[in-house]
Amino acid sequence: MAGTLAKGTRAPGFTLHVTPDQTLSLDEFAGRRVILAFYPADWSPVCGDQMSLYNHVLPEFRRHGAELLGISVDGAWCHQAFARDRKLHFALLSDFEPKGDVAKSYGAYRSAEGVAERALFVIDEKGMIVWSYCSPIAVNPGADGILDALEALPSVEKKHGAAKSTHNVA
Amino acid sequence: MAQLRVPITSLDHILGDDNAIVTIVEYGDYECPHCAAAQPILAQILAHFGSQLRLVYRHFPMVEVHPHAGAAAEAAEFAGTRGLFWQMHQAIFANQHRLSIPLLISLAASLKLSPIDLRDALASDRFAAKVRGDFIGGVRSGVNGTPTFFVNGIRHDSPYGVATLSSAIDQAILAAAA
Repeated sequence: MAGTLAKGTRAPGFTLHVTPDQTLSLDEFAGRRVILAFYPADWSPVCGDQMSLYNHVLPEFRRHGAELLGISVDGAWCHQAFARDRKLHFALLSDFEPKGDVAKSYGAYRSAEGVAERALFVIDEKGMIVWSYCSPIAVNPGADGILDALEALPSVEKKHGAAKSTHNVA
Repeated sequence: MAQLRVPITSLDHILGDDNAIVTIVEYGDYECPHCAAAQPILAQILAHFGSQLRLVYRHFPMVEVHPHAGAAAEAAEFAGTRGLFWQMHQAIFANQHRLSIPLLISLAASLKLSPIDLRDALASDRFAAKVRGDFIGGVRSGVNGTPTFFVNGIRHDSPYGVATLSSAIDQAILAAAA
Protein backbone atom coordinates (compact mmCIF):
# COMPACT_ATOMS: atom_id res chain seq x y z
CA MET A 1 0.00 0.00 0.00
CA ALA A 2 1.24 3.48 -0.85
CA GLY A 3 2.19 5.45 2.26
CA THR A 4 0.27 8.42 3.58
CA LEU A 5 1.25 11.61 1.72
CA ALA A 6 3.91 13.41 3.74
CA LYS A 7 4.84 16.98 4.59
CA GLY A 8 6.06 18.94 1.55
CA THR A 9 3.69 17.23 -0.90
CA ARG A 10 1.10 19.24 -2.81
CA ALA A 11 -2.37 18.31 -1.56
CA PRO A 12 -4.25 16.48 -4.33
CA GLY A 13 -7.33 18.42 -5.46
CA PHE A 14 -10.83 16.99 -5.19
CA THR A 15 -14.50 17.80 -5.57
CA LEU A 16 -16.83 15.81 -3.34
CA HIS A 17 -20.44 15.91 -2.25
CA VAL A 18 -20.92 17.76 1.04
CA THR A 19 -24.72 17.39 0.92
CA PRO A 20 -26.85 15.32 -1.44
CA ASP A 21 -27.09 18.29 -3.84
CA GLN A 22 -23.93 20.33 -3.18
CA THR A 23 -20.26 19.72 -3.82
CA LEU A 24 -17.15 21.24 -2.27
CA SER A 25 -13.69 21.51 -3.88
CA LEU A 26 -10.34 21.88 -2.18
CA ASP A 27 -9.68 24.80 -4.64
CA GLU A 28 -12.33 26.83 -2.85
CA PHE A 29 -10.05 26.97 0.19
CA ALA A 30 -7.05 28.47 -1.65
CA GLY A 31 -5.43 31.09 0.60
CA ARG A 32 -6.72 29.39 3.74
CA ARG A 33 -5.63 26.54 5.93
CA VAL A 34 -7.46 23.26 5.80
CA ILE A 35 -7.47 20.23 8.09
CA LEU A 36 -8.50 17.04 6.30
CA ALA A 37 -9.59 14.29 8.66
CA PHE A 38 -10.13 10.96 6.91
CA TYR A 39 -11.94 8.41 9.07
CA PRO A 40 -13.31 4.92 8.53
CA ALA A 41 -17.05 5.38 9.04
CA ASP A 42 -19.86 7.43 10.52
CA TRP A 43 -21.64 6.06 13.60
CA SER A 44 -18.82 4.68 15.72
CA PRO A 45 -20.56 3.58 18.89
CA VAL A 46 -18.82 5.72 21.52
CA CYS A 47 -19.55 9.20 22.87
CA GLY A 48 -16.01 10.41 22.46
CA ASP A 49 -15.69 9.59 18.78
CA GLN A 50 -13.18 11.45 16.69
CA MET A 51 -15.59 13.71 14.79
CA SER A 52 -17.46 14.65 17.99
CA LEU A 53 -14.16 15.53 19.63
CA TYR A 54 -13.14 17.76 16.70
CA ASN A 55 -16.55 19.39 16.81
CA HIS A 56 -15.67 20.62 20.29
CA VAL A 57 -12.21 21.82 19.24
CA LEU A 58 -13.44 23.83 16.21
CA PRO A 59 -12.97 27.23 17.92
CA GLU A 60 -9.28 26.38 18.45
CA PHE A 61 -8.84 25.28 14.83
CA ARG A 62 -10.49 28.48 13.59
CA ARG A 63 -8.35 30.61 15.88
CA HIS A 64 -5.45 29.25 13.87
CA GLY A 65 -7.23 30.15 10.63
CA ALA A 66 -8.00 26.55 9.73
CA GLU A 67 -11.18 24.98 8.41
CA LEU A 68 -11.90 21.33 9.18
CA LEU A 69 -13.26 18.86 6.64
CA GLY A 70 -14.14 15.28 7.59
CA ILE A 71 -13.97 12.65 4.82
CA SER A 72 -15.20 9.07 4.74
CA VAL A 73 -16.65 6.74 2.12
CA ASP A 74 -20.14 7.08 3.60
CA GLY A 75 -22.80 8.54 1.33
CA ALA A 76 -24.03 12.12 1.59
CA TRP A 77 -27.36 11.07 3.14
CA CYS A 78 -25.55 9.05 5.79
CA HIS A 79 -23.28 12.01 6.54
CA GLN A 80 -26.32 14.26 6.83
CA ALA A 81 -27.96 12.00 9.40
CA PHE A 82 -24.71 11.54 11.33
CA ALA A 83 -23.92 15.26 11.38
CA ARG A 84 -27.42 16.05 12.58
CA ASP A 85 -27.29 13.43 15.32
CA ARG A 86 -23.89 14.57 16.63
CA LYS A 87 -24.67 18.26 16.01
CA LEU A 88 -21.50 18.68 13.94
CA HIS A 89 -20.64 22.22 12.89
CA PHE A 90 -18.26 21.36 10.07
CA ALA A 91 -18.55 19.74 6.65
CA LEU A 92 -18.41 15.99 6.09
CA LEU A 93 -17.37 15.03 2.56
CA SER A 94 -18.50 11.88 0.84
CA ASP A 95 -15.72 9.95 -0.89
CA PHE A 96 -18.39 7.66 -2.25
CA GLU A 97 -18.19 7.56 -6.04
CA PRO A 98 -15.77 6.44 -7.34
CA LYS A 99 -15.44 4.91 -3.90
CA GLY A 100 -12.41 6.00 -1.91
CA ASP A 101 -10.70 7.77 -4.84
CA VAL A 102 -9.71 10.81 -2.79
CA ALA A 103 -8.54 8.70 0.16
CA LYS A 104 -6.42 6.69 -2.30
CA SER A 105 -4.89 9.88 -3.73
CA TYR A 106 -3.75 10.80 -0.19
CA GLY A 107 -2.45 7.28 0.52
CA ALA A 108 -5.18 6.90 3.13
CA TYR A 109 -7.33 4.01 1.92
CA ARG A 110 -7.64 0.49 3.31
CA SER A 111 -8.46 -1.73 0.36
CA ALA A 112 -9.12 -4.83 2.47
CA GLU A 113 -11.91 -3.13 4.44
CA GLY A 114 -12.96 -0.63 1.79
CA VAL A 115 -12.73 2.35 4.14
CA ALA A 116 -10.49 5.37 4.68
CA GLU A 117 -7.67 5.25 7.21
CA ARG A 118 -7.73 7.47 10.28
CA ALA A 119 -5.40 9.92 8.53
CA LEU A 120 -4.95 13.61 9.26
CA PHE A 121 -3.53 16.31 6.96
CA VAL A 122 -2.88 19.98 7.62
CA ILE A 123 -2.74 21.97 4.37
CA ASP A 124 -1.37 25.51 4.22
CA GLU A 125 -2.56 28.57 2.30
CA LYS A 126 -0.58 27.48 -0.78
CA GLY A 127 -2.13 24.03 -0.90
CA MET A 128 0.92 22.21 0.48
CA ILE A 129 0.70 19.47 3.07
CA VAL A 130 2.60 20.76 6.13
CA TRP A 131 1.79 17.86 8.47
CA SER A 132 0.24 14.43 8.19
CA TYR A 133 -0.39 11.51 10.50
CA CYS A 134 -1.94 8.09 10.04
CA SER A 135 -3.27 6.63 13.27
CA PRO A 136 -3.84 2.94 14.00
CA ILE A 137 -7.41 2.35 12.80
CA ALA A 138 -8.77 1.60 16.27
CA VAL A 139 -7.13 4.60 17.96
CA ASN A 140 -8.78 8.01 17.93
CA PRO A 141 -5.74 10.22 17.25
CA GLY A 142 -7.13 13.19 19.18
CA ALA A 143 -6.47 16.79 18.18
CA ASP A 144 -3.11 17.50 19.82
CA GLY A 145 -1.07 16.73 16.69
CA ILE A 146 -3.23 19.01 14.55
CA LEU A 147 -2.95 21.90 17.03
CA ASP A 148 0.82 21.43 17.34
CA ALA A 149 1.11 21.55 13.52
CA LEU A 150 -1.05 24.68 13.29
CA GLU A 151 0.96 26.37 16.03
CA ALA A 152 4.18 25.69 14.12
CA LEU A 153 2.84 27.71 11.16
CA PRO A 154 3.30 31.51 10.98
CA SER A 155 0.73 33.35 13.07
CA VAL A 156 -2.47 34.27 11.21
CA GLU A 157 -2.57 37.68 12.95
CA LYS A 158 -0.09 39.20 10.48
CA LYS A 159 -2.33 38.37 7.57
CA HIS A 160 -5.47 39.66 9.17
CA GLY A 161 -6.03 42.38 6.55
CA ALA A 162 -5.61 39.96 3.68
CA ALA A 163 -7.86 37.40 5.30
CA LYS A 164 -10.61 39.97 5.76
CA SER A 165 -10.60 40.96 2.08
CA THR A 166 -11.31 37.43 0.85
CA HIS A 167 -14.92 36.40 1.13
CA ASN A 168 -15.89 33.49 3.32
CA VAL A 169 -16.30 30.38 1.20
CA ALA A 170 -17.68 27.82 3.62
CA MET B 1 2.75 7.96 23.66
CA ALA B 2 0.59 10.85 24.77
CA GLN B 3 1.72 12.73 27.86
CA LEU B 4 0.01 15.10 30.23
CA ARG B 5 1.09 18.61 29.29
CA VAL B 6 -0.71 20.64 31.95
CA PRO B 7 1.02 20.30 35.33
CA ILE B 8 -1.00 19.67 38.46
CA THR B 9 -1.44 22.84 40.49
CA SER B 10 -3.37 24.04 43.51
CA LEU B 11 -6.23 24.95 41.13
CA ASP B 12 -6.78 21.22 40.53
CA HIS B 13 -9.16 19.02 42.47
CA ILE B 14 -6.99 16.47 44.21
CA LEU B 15 -8.18 13.48 46.23
CA GLY B 16 -5.53 11.74 48.32
CA ASP B 17 -2.11 12.22 49.77
CA ASP B 18 0.12 14.97 48.34
CA ASN B 19 3.10 12.63 48.76
CA ALA B 20 1.50 9.74 46.88
CA ILE B 21 3.84 7.80 44.61
CA VAL B 22 1.29 7.67 41.80
CA THR B 23 -1.05 10.36 40.55
CA ILE B 24 -3.94 9.53 38.27
CA VAL B 25 -5.42 12.40 36.29
CA GLU B 26 -8.89 11.69 35.00
CA TYR B 27 -10.49 13.74 32.22
CA GLY B 28 -14.21 13.14 32.54
CA ASP B 29 -17.69 14.23 31.49
CA TYR B 30 -20.55 14.10 34.00
CA GLU B 31 -23.01 12.99 31.34
CA CYS B 32 -20.80 10.24 29.89
CA PRO B 33 -22.06 6.78 30.88
CA HIS B 34 -18.55 5.30 30.72
CA CYS B 35 -17.33 7.89 33.22
CA ALA B 36 -20.17 7.05 35.60
CA ALA B 37 -19.42 3.34 35.21
CA ALA B 38 -15.76 4.00 36.08
CA GLN B 39 -16.67 5.70 39.39
CA PRO B 40 -17.10 2.64 41.63
CA ILE B 41 -14.01 1.00 40.13
CA LEU B 42 -11.98 4.15 40.81
CA ALA B 43 -13.26 4.19 44.40
CA GLN B 44 -12.07 0.59 44.85
CA ILE B 45 -8.69 1.41 43.33
CA LEU B 46 -8.26 4.43 45.63
CA ALA B 47 -9.16 2.31 48.67
CA HIS B 48 -6.80 -0.46 47.59
CA PHE B 49 -3.72 1.73 47.04
CA GLY B 50 -4.35 4.05 49.99
CA SER B 51 -1.68 6.70 50.53
CA GLN B 52 0.30 5.48 47.52
CA LEU B 53 -2.26 6.96 45.14
CA ARG B 54 -4.00 10.26 44.54
CA LEU B 55 -6.64 11.25 41.99
CA VAL B 56 -6.96 14.51 40.08
CA TYR B 57 -10.20 15.20 38.22
CA ARG B 58 -10.41 17.57 35.24
CA HIS B 59 -13.42 18.43 33.09
CA PHE B 60 -13.83 17.26 29.53
CA PRO B 61 -17.51 17.93 28.76
CA MET B 62 -18.69 16.98 25.27
CA VAL B 63 -21.45 19.58 25.35
CA GLU B 64 -22.75 19.03 21.82
CA VAL B 65 -23.72 15.44 22.61
CA HIS B 66 -24.18 15.91 26.38
CA PRO B 67 -26.23 19.08 26.87
CA HIS B 68 -26.00 19.09 30.69
CA ALA B 69 -22.32 18.20 30.97
CA GLY B 70 -21.11 21.82 30.91
CA ALA B 71 -23.49 23.01 33.62
CA ALA B 72 -22.69 19.93 35.71
CA ALA B 73 -18.96 20.68 35.50
CA GLU B 74 -19.62 24.31 36.48
CA ALA B 75 -21.76 23.17 39.41
CA ALA B 76 -18.89 20.98 40.64
CA GLU B 77 -16.52 23.95 40.33
CA PHE B 78 -19.01 26.08 42.25
CA ALA B 79 -19.07 23.49 45.03
CA GLY B 80 -15.26 23.39 44.86
CA THR B 81 -15.02 27.05 45.81
CA ARG B 82 -16.95 26.09 48.97
CA GLY B 83 -14.73 23.09 49.69
CA LEU B 84 -17.28 20.52 48.49
CA PHE B 85 -16.01 19.58 45.02
CA TRP B 86 -15.81 15.83 45.59
CA GLN B 87 -19.18 15.67 47.33
CA MET B 88 -20.83 17.39 44.35
CA HIS B 89 -18.78 15.26 41.93
CA GLN B 90 -20.10 12.06 43.48
CA ALA B 91 -23.65 13.36 43.75
CA ILE B 92 -23.72 14.29 40.05
CA PHE B 93 -22.44 10.90 38.89
CA ALA B 94 -24.86 9.12 41.22
CA ASN B 95 -27.73 11.03 39.60
CA GLN B 96 -26.46 10.99 36.03
CA HIS B 97 -29.59 9.32 34.67
CA ARG B 98 -31.68 12.37 35.62
CA LEU B 99 -29.20 15.17 35.08
CA SER B 100 -30.77 18.61 34.61
CA ILE B 101 -30.29 22.17 35.85
CA PRO B 102 -33.02 21.81 38.51
CA LEU B 103 -31.31 18.60 39.70
CA LEU B 104 -27.97 20.43 40.04
CA ILE B 105 -29.69 23.15 42.04
CA SER B 106 -31.28 20.61 44.36
CA LEU B 107 -27.98 18.74 44.78
CA ALA B 108 -26.43 22.04 45.86
CA ALA B 109 -29.23 22.52 48.38
CA SER B 110 -28.75 19.00 49.77
CA LEU B 111 -25.05 19.84 50.29
CA LYS B 112 -26.11 22.98 52.18
CA LEU B 113 -24.88 25.22 49.39
CA SER B 114 -26.89 28.24 48.30
CA PRO B 115 -29.14 27.28 45.37
CA ILE B 116 -29.43 30.98 44.46
CA ASP B 117 -25.65 31.37 44.29
CA LEU B 118 -25.38 28.31 42.04
CA ARG B 119 -28.16 29.54 39.79
CA ASP B 120 -26.39 32.92 39.45
CA ALA B 121 -23.01 31.26 38.83
CA LEU B 122 -24.50 29.15 36.03
CA ALA B 123 -26.37 32.09 34.52
CA SER B 124 -23.26 34.27 34.49
CA ASP B 125 -20.92 31.52 33.21
CA ARG B 126 -18.69 32.22 36.21
CA PHE B 127 -16.91 28.87 35.97
CA ALA B 128 -17.18 28.36 32.22
CA ALA B 129 -13.62 29.56 31.54
CA LYS B 130 -12.18 27.15 34.12
CA VAL B 131 -14.08 24.25 32.57
CA ARG B 132 -13.08 25.24 29.02
CA GLY B 133 -9.49 25.58 30.23
CA ASP B 134 -9.57 22.00 31.52
CA PHE B 135 -11.02 20.86 28.20
CA ILE B 136 -8.41 22.60 26.04
CA GLY B 137 -5.57 21.42 28.28
CA GLY B 138 -6.93 17.90 27.84
CA VAL B 139 -7.04 18.25 24.06
CA ARG B 140 -3.41 19.42 24.04
CA SER B 141 -2.44 16.40 26.14
CA GLY B 142 -4.09 13.99 23.70
CA VAL B 143 -7.37 13.32 25.49
CA ASN B 144 -9.48 11.70 22.78
CA GLY B 145 -12.63 10.72 24.64
CA THR B 146 -13.93 10.16 28.13
CA PRO B 147 -12.86 8.94 30.51
CA THR B 148 -9.16 9.38 29.71
CA PHE B 149 -6.68 8.59 32.47
CA PHE B 150 -3.06 9.61 32.84
CA VAL B 151 -0.91 7.53 35.20
CA ASN B 152 2.03 9.62 36.40
CA GLY B 153 1.64 11.75 33.29
CA ILE B 154 1.38 8.96 30.71
CA ARG B 155 -1.94 8.38 28.95
CA HIS B 156 -3.46 5.02 29.86
CA ASP B 157 -4.16 3.48 26.44
CA SER B 158 -6.09 0.30 26.94
CA PRO B 159 -9.15 -1.10 25.22
CA TYR B 160 -10.34 -2.15 28.70
CA GLY B 161 -9.98 1.36 30.11
CA VAL B 162 -10.43 1.61 33.85
CA ALA B 163 -10.36 -2.19 34.28
CA THR B 164 -6.62 -2.26 33.58
CA LEU B 165 -5.81 0.83 35.61
CA SER B 166 -4.69 -1.14 38.68
CA SER B 167 -1.93 -2.95 36.82
CA ALA B 168 -0.77 0.35 35.30
CA ILE B 169 -0.58 1.79 38.84
CA ASP B 170 1.34 -1.28 40.04
CA GLN B 171 3.84 -0.74 37.24
CA ALA B 172 4.17 2.96 38.07
CA ILE B 173 4.88 2.08 41.72
CA LEU B 174 7.55 -0.41 40.62
CA ALA B 175 9.04 2.15 38.22
CA ALA B 176 9.18 4.76 40.99
CA ALA B 177 10.98 2.29 43.30
CA ALA B 178 13.55 1.33 40.65
